[in-house]
Parts: sequence; structure tokens; C-alpha cells
Amino acid sequence: MIEVLTYITEHAVQWGAVVLLMLGLYIVMTRGNLIKKVIGLNIFQTAVFLLYISIGYVLDGAAPIVLEGAERYSNPLPHVLILTAIVVSVATTSLALALIVRIQEAYGSIEEDEILEHGET
Amino acid sequence: MERLHVIVLVILLIALAVTLIRLRSLLAIAILTGVYSLIMAVVYTLLDAVDVAFTEAVVGAGITLTLMLAAISLTTRSETKPGKRTKQRAVGAVTALAAGMALIYATTDMPGLGDADAPVHLHVAPYYIEVGPIETGVPNIVTAILASYRGFDTLGEVAVIFTAGISVMALLWRWGKDDR
Repeated sequence: MIEVLTYITEHAVQWGAVVLLMLGLYIVMTRGNLIKKVIGLNIFQTAVFLLYISIGYVLDGAAPIVLEGAERYSNPLPHVLILTAIVVSVATTSLALALIVRIQEAYGSIEEDEILEHGET
Repeated sequence: MERLHVIVLVILLIALAVTLIRLRSLLAIAILTGVYSLIMAVVYTLLDAVDVAFTEAVVGAGITLTLMLAAISLTTRSETKPGKRTKQRAVGAVTALAAGMALIYATTDMPGLGDADAPVHLHVAPYYIEVGPIETGVPNIVTAILASYRGFDTLGEVAVIFTAGISVMALLWRWGKDDR
């Protein structure tokens, strides 16, 4: 019983990240509204970030800033990677939103179905 | 205990994401993504990633939210009710579930959360932790790696932001039109 509980506490965050990733993917695939698609993409990205940060975590470790008497630090490498990734994700989000604004001006709608109909006529 | 706090917060994040699927008002959705980012920042703090936490709080909850609100004010406030889309939903659900199941199967091989003997912690990182502050003189190891050891990565990141900035300008600037 204790073993099962330990296993769950050790892996629950990873499973949580997977569930968030699934939800993000589902939003991107099934919602027609373009802004909602971008939000789904953001959720997908944060799920990956969460997985990376959870890998870098060390139990009873200090944050990776030099501290007198600290024996262990959490791994700084995933933090660096994710810092870069967060900033890049904002850049892509801003570009996507700018494209959406232009699509609204060109087609009068940001719903996928309506844009497709507009293209056919 | 920290692990339990993180698990509770991650459940909260999942609940928020499910709410985001169901909501139709884009304004509410945008504000909830801000809340989502702030909770994510708390999770990062609990996982000892303080630099990532404040970046997420500033960039995720601040800048992304502002951009979303700007985009919504220029387009529309709410999502129109979609048609049946049953097929699309089924395909989406099956794909997401298949991807999720494969990933959950993969996590059974992963070391547990906070395991100090996990392979990631045994190579490269100990060098940065031991020698980094001495070689660079910066007490924050993340900053030392970001700006010094991996400086070219950061330069590439700046190039990406610059490209995105130019592209946004090219898209939104009205060249030679006087309808503004």
C-alpha cells in the first residue's frame, strides 16, 4: 500500500503534465475558433515546460542560487532551457495573434468553418 | 510535502484547462489563461525553479494576457456556437488519448519526482553547480549558464524575438494606406 502511494506521488506530476498535454492537443484539434486554438497551443506548451521542470527537481535541494550550507541544488539546465522556451512561446503567440487579426480583417471572421465557406464562394 | 502541494496545484491546472474547453466567452478564456499562468508560476516556485517562475508570471500572465486582450478587442468577444463536428471531436479525442497513453506508458520508465540519483543530475549539471559560480562570478547558476556558458542560445533566442517582432510589424502596419 505504502509502495503504491509512493509510486503515485513520484509520478503524479508527470501524469498531470501528460493530461494537460492531451487537453491542449484536444483544444487545438477540435475547436474552430482561432484564438481558442492559440490558447490550446499555449496549454500544450506549458505541459511540456512542467514536465521539464519536474525532471530538474531534487528533493530537499535548494533553488540553484549559491547558498551557504546547501548540500544539493536542483538541476539548473532544464530551467535554462525552459526560460528560453517560454520567451520563444510568447514570440510565436504574438505572431499567431497578429495573423488572426489580419484574418479577421480579410474574411470577417475567426471561425474556421466560416473562413472555409468564404474561400469556396 | 512539497510534492503533495504540487500535485494539488496540477489538479487545479487540469480543472482550469477543462473549463477553458467548455467556455465560449473569449474574454473569460483570456483572463483564465492569466490565472492558469500564475498557478503554473507557483508550481515552478515549489519545484525550486524560481527564475522560470518569475518569467512565467511576467511573460505568461502579463504579456500573453495583454496580447490576447488586444487581439480579442480587434476581433470578436465570443466564440460562435459550432455545428455538430462529431467526427472532428471523435478524431481529436482518439488522437489525444492515443498520444496520452503512449506518454503515460513512457513515464513508467522515468525516475520519480525529486530523485537525486536520476541520470539527468549526474552529468554536466554538477559541473555547472560546482564550477559555474567560481568561473563566472555570478551566484545565480541559471543566470551563469544562460548568459555565459550557453550565451549563443540566448543570442538565438533574441534573434527569434526580433524576427517575430518584425513579422508582427509587417502584418499589422498599414503601409501607405490612409484609412487610419
